[in-house]
Amino acid sequence: MTEKKIRVLVAKPGLDGHDRGAKVVARALRDAGMEVIYTGLRQTPEMIAEAALQEDVDIVGLSILSGAHMALAPRILELLKKNGQDQVKIFIGGIIPDEDMPRLKEMGITGIYGPGASTDEIIKDVREAVKP
Amino acid sequence: MSLTESILEGNRLALARLLTQVENDSPEGSLTLAELFQYTGKAHLIGVTGAPGTGKSSLVNQLALYYRRNGDKKVAIVAVDPSSPFTGGAVLGDRVRMRDLAGDEGIFIRSMATRGSLGGIARKTASLVQVFDAAGYEIIMIETVGAGQSEVDVAKLAHTTIVVEAPGLGDEIQAIKAGILEIADVLVINKADRPGVENTERALRSTLELAHPTKRLVRHHGRDMSITTPTVDANIWIPPINKTVATEGKGIAEVIESIARHADHLHQSGEWKGRDRARLESELEALLKETLMDRFLQNVRQDQYEEVIEKVIDRNISPYEAVNFLLNGR
Repeated sequence: MTEKKIRVLVAKPGLDGHDRGAKVVARALRDAGMEVIYTGLRQTPEMIAEAALQEDVDIVGLSILSGAHMALAPRILELLKKNGQDQVKIFIGGIIPDEDMPRLKEMGITGIYGPGASTDEIIKDVREAVKP
Repeated sequence: MSLTESILEGNRLALARLLTQVENDSPEGSLTLAELFQYTGKAHLIGVTGAPGTGKSSLVNQLALYYRRNGDKKVAIVAVDPSSPFTGGAVLGDRVRMRDLAGDEGIFIRSMATRGSLGGIARKTASLVQVFDAAGYEIIMIETVGAGQSEVDVAKLAHTTIVVEAPGLGDEIQAIKAGILEIADVLVINKADRPGVENTERALRSTLELAHPTKRLVRHHGRDMSITTPTVDANIWIPPINKTVATEGKGIAEVIESIARHADHLHQSGEWKGRDRARLESELEALLKETLMDRFLQNVRQDQYEEVIEKVIDRNISPYEAVNFLLNGR
């Protein structure tokens, strides 16, 4: 009777304190019928990977406005793999310069969303990314 | 290695995956849970409930920290938040208040959506608790959704139920209504640095006195008069009232002590076994209902079911007659 729910971790790594974007995305994914675990501000990569493990999520959304994405994203991917969660995907929202996008995509980041991105697009991409 | 063995060995990834399978009611999940059942029954189950915003998550955070710093008990937390009744989605935000617990392998936090259940916990919460119990977690805290007056299912699940109140949430009439206060084994007034804490405490205390007659002394025309009340059975547990400021860690040791005293009381009075029995009985009953309903739905034809619903909507038959017809064919 119960269908498999998509579980998403929405996390804010690093030191910037603006979580409006993260909350908008969390809310939009909720309205799309997903279960969104929200971690709050200033999470270390270790904390995010630990939460992703305990919550057995399908995908992790990172909100990064600090410019530290090239350090944080690969570190979190590495920790997820180390924990045996190779299948868990990552998408990023925030301020990401165009020149960094190809390298992030290469790492396996499934989506990158700047200011003004549509939540419909994020929902569609998340559904696509977690398809078995 | 089988999933059961991995869980018993303490594999956290296996544990996380089993929790998902059990929550989703998958056949593998049920099978593994059945294998693990013999290893359950060791943990102290602590329910934490109360109105939204009273500070349940912050209190759970501090209690878990205290257990970890003073002893080597493994702590699991099942934090329940509501699912949207319209989309089925949920935002589960209890971890926000539990960041102090990160990086400790002796703690496992799992967020859970109610998925349509109304009693303050989810239909599968008891099963997740069983998984943690079998996996060797000695303290398991169950945090309910922000509960109003009647979300009391957690009391059936937990050995010790903590009801969290905060100053300024209601008057004495709220306190004497039936419901959530009745299930309290330990009462916590959180945010005790706020104004109005004395009123809250007085209201709660007078409610408890109404429920539990105790010997008291009053002054009448300047003379002490003692009012004799029925002798209180030494076995009666009177819920202690603890005051805390969870965000600052104040008063936590007292709550821990109340929980420990309550556990002692349950063991001494034999009620521990009684609560265990009541819990397993209600779990069995719920499972039986669910299974019977599933079996019934498999046997009834969809068009026949729709037809009966139409008849009810047209007021041709009553719901009572409809049930009779569906079950007995007349």
